[in-house]
Amino acid sequence: MKAPHRYDDNPCKPRHFKPPPCAPVALDEAAQQTLDIGRTRLLVTAGLFVVAFAVIALRLVDVTLVKPAGEARIAHTTAGKAAVSRADIVDRNGVLLATTLSSPSLFANPKQILDAREATQKLVEVLPDLSQSEVYAKLTSDRSFVWLKRLLTPRQEFEVNQLGIPGFQFQREERRVYPEGNLIAHVVGYTGLDNKGLAGIERGFDDILKERKQPLQLSIDIRLQEILHDELSRAVQDFSAKGGVGLVMDVHTGEVLALVSLPDFDPNKPGTATPDTIFNRATLGTYEMGSTFKIFTTAMALDSHTATLASSYDASHPIHIGRFTIHDYHDLHRALSVPEIFEYSSNIGAARMAMDAGTDRLKDFLGRLGLLKPPVFEIPEIGAPLVPSPWHDVNTMTVAFGHGISVSPLQLAIAASAVVNGGILHPATIIKPPPGFIPAGQQVMSTRTSDDMRRLMRLVVEQGTGEFAAAPGYVVGGKTGTAEKVSGHSYAHKALLSSFLGAFPINDPRYLVLAIVDEPHGTPKTHGFATGGWTAAPVVGHAIQRMAPLLGIPPVDENAPEIRSALAIDGVQVKKLASN
Amino acid sequence: MTFARTDQSAVARWWWTVDRWSLVALAVLIGFGALLTMAASPAVAERIGYDSMHFVRRQLALLPIAVLIMFVVSLQTPMTIRRLAVIGFLIGIALVAMTFVAGVEIKGARRWINLPGLSLQPSEFVKPCFAVVTAWLLAESKLRPDFPGPAIASVLFFIVVTLLIKQPDLGMAVVISVVWFAQFFLIGLRLYWVAVGVGCGVAGLVGAYFLLPHVTSRIDRFLDPAAGDSYQVDRSIEAFMNGGLWGKGPGEGTVKEWLPDAHADFVFAVAGEELGLVACLFIVLIFAFIVLRGFSRVFQENNLFIVLSATGLFVQFGLQAIINMASSLHLMPTKGMTLPFISYGGSSLLALGLGMGMALALTRRRYGGVDG
Repeated sequence: MKAPHRYDDNPCKPRHFKPPPCAPVALDEAAQQTLDIGRTRLLVTAGLFVVAFAVIALRLVDVTLVKPAGEARIAHTTAGKAAVSRADIVDRNGVLLATTLSSPSLFANPKQILDAREATQKLVEVLPDLSQSEVYAKLTSDRSFVWLKRLLTPRQEFEVNQLGIPGFQFQREERRVYPEGNLIAHVVGYTGLDNKGLAGIERGFDDILKERKQPLQLSIDIRLQEILHDELSRAVQDFSAKGGVGLVMDVHTGEVLALVSLPDFDPNKPGTATPDTIFNRATLGTYEMGSTFKIFTTAMALDSHTATLASSYDASHPIHIGRFTIHDYHDLHRALSVPEIFEYSSNIGAARMAMDAGTDRLKDFLGRLGLLKPPVFEIPEIGAPLVPSPWHDVNTMTVAFGHGISVSPLQLAIAASAVVNGGILHPATIIKPPPGFIPAGQQVMSTRTSDDMRRLMRLVVEQGTGEFAAAPGYVVGGKTGTAEKVSGHSYAHKALLSSFLGAFPINDPRYLVLAIVDEPHGTPKTHGFATGGWTAAPVVGHAIQRMAPLLGIPPVDENAPEIRSALAIDGVQVKKLASN
Repeated sequence: MTFARTDQSAVARWWWTVDRWSLVALAVLIGFGALLTMAASPAVAERIGYDSMHFVRRQLALLPIAVLIMFVVSLQTPMTIRRLAVIGFLIGIALVAMTFVAGVEIKGARRWINLPGLSLQPSEFVKPCFAVVTAWLLAESKLRPDFPGPAIASVLFFIVVTLLIKQPDLGMAVVISVVWFAQFFLIGLRLYWVAVGVGCGVAGLVGAYFLLPHVTSRIDRFLDPAAGDSYQVDRSIEAFMNGGLWGKGPGEGTVKEWLPDAHADFVFAVAGEELGLVACLFIVLIFAFIVLRGFSRVFQENNLFIVLSATGLFVQFGLQAIINMASSLHLMPTKGMTLPFISYGGSSLLALGLGMGMALALTRRRYGGVDG
């Protein structure tokens, strides 16, 4: 199109002169319409731009003023985390066993570090356990995030801040703390740096602990744990043993009140633990228990009526079967009554008693007591028993005195609790049951058998192999065990697993106490003996002496007629063992 | 400065007819740009091994040239602008095609052609020229119904966008697409086709997300900062927080010490830290003012070519500013896009001089219409 005149920029016009825009140009209707649409849509476009610029302006205000500054932002996210932090673990009386603290961790952004050499030097002065070359390598790396040290103390945090080096920053991290340290290590377990449970209750209850608000209460009584740990540690030290196991169980509920495995480790520093110290001997380790198994052999014979307390078996000669010979430790070269077999811990007698009842009965009975399969328990470290397969008669003979079958100390305690508590098998637990909870139980033998077994176990402490387990006033009963440990393909005579399984008060048992000393060595004090009676029985005796007052069990006169009659073995002549 | 009303020289006539408010706004913007280049680029230059004033010297040397281009171009009549744009477009598109043969690859993209003393990004010059060419084709089709303007514009559009995606320079492709679409929108595209166009745009972006790996990662990082290294944007946001209301003062910021593109893509973050919220809002206001002021001038215009071309140029200018600021503020995925007149970048600066020169020329007051 062509404008008829050129007066678009005629300077002679008054400054604000504005001729009618369409005067010189005749716009046809279509063009006018197009322009009108264009103008409307130009307004729409302009509107969109206004909105976009307004959004940017608002965002600017939001970012600059509304969002809190850097450090606060990190603290804010941590506060959010703290709300979902891992639940505490406490003992049955509420004593703290594991808790979570929030600690600062130091990281750096190497891209923000202006002088890596200087920063390294200053940092290593404040945190001397860091390696100078490692820190320098990290600070000069190509990344934008490197951890320098996790979980600092508040003082360390303060000192690092005092350095005033840009590029060092803190991130709050949660750290699991175990106030009781080694004492309860194998029960509570430990967590990794990312607070994932790696062992014990921490592992078994990992998901629950992550979600739970209130603390998880265990059946453990830390006072009993301390006593048992103390007594057992002393025995392990005195007898230069490799390790030990201790366990206290409520025989009527299956609750575990103390569980010790030695050697132990500090769950606060799981990095310093070794496979040997982390290994839970009480639940994961399985051992040939030796003579404590005679409890089950005898109970089986009595319960299946193949023997009574008055029965007797020939123990005058060792038994030769295949390439094995079964000896007695206290060889009396005569026939022994059932109480004598138990009291003197006669292997020959126990083997004959088992053979008399037969393989099927023994297998069936041990199966009922849960000794042939892994127990159900809350700690994930559970060992499976090693059971003879195939099970020949020779196995029946050896199993009768606790060889050729390996079970965990926990299994031993569960089964023995059923023997002394009236014949009811309760599953073990390490979680405190709610008040009024009636534990599941199954009658696995007659009450009568249980009564007889208590009498026999009292006999062992009164005048048999377990005299050192006596705790005056608390009527201890029990059974010693001394197993020769398998080394390679043969039994090592010097390597023993010495144990004592006790219950008190044996006339009406409340608690079972088990102590095992792994490879003890005799001392002059024990005349060189390293058997269960000399090494483990005193642990149980001393422990009961110290625990009973805490458990609210009053001492009684052990010679009171009603107690004597409850534990008397009528009509059977039982000779006291001459010497141990 | 002023000119006598009777002065008939080209410059005098320019002075009385050009939009002086826009002129002032552009001058302020250029001032901010010079200030922020001096503040932000030395740190970047030192980090990549140049002497600290390397970028400052280059930018300040090019600035007068860009201003001169803008001035000279704004003196021209719409007719000349149109011819200039057609020639510029043809040369530009040829050079863009050449980048595939003789181009320099920088950070994984072939966008640059090496000239003595300067590496040129020809697509920057295609951008304003193409807007004017499209405007002319569309306007002409309305005047002469037998002229296949929209068809030609569409063909050219596909050539340009294909070349840009090949480079790859998705940001530029997006800007050119939006400008092209806005011009079709203005000429009266049926709302049905508007919807289709918006749909195609969204589909194009989604397609880019799935087909171009670097786009995938950028967008993933935007949507979920934990998915990858959102380092630049985090630092950028921190810079705004550090700056607060009044800023730490020019040169006093630290974000430029570790943001790789502090002088270009993230210059707005440097502004936020050193000049503060108030100055940043002022910068946003200037951009908005230039765009809306341009639109208001266009609104009074009766010539369809001028309406379309000037709108295209202002949309391009505003869109570029919005994309840059929005990425710095983590409102959208990071996109290599300069902040007009403020970011460092030679080609961008010269092309902006050309583009805004054209816009100024087109929005000059012309009583009675346009020649030819």
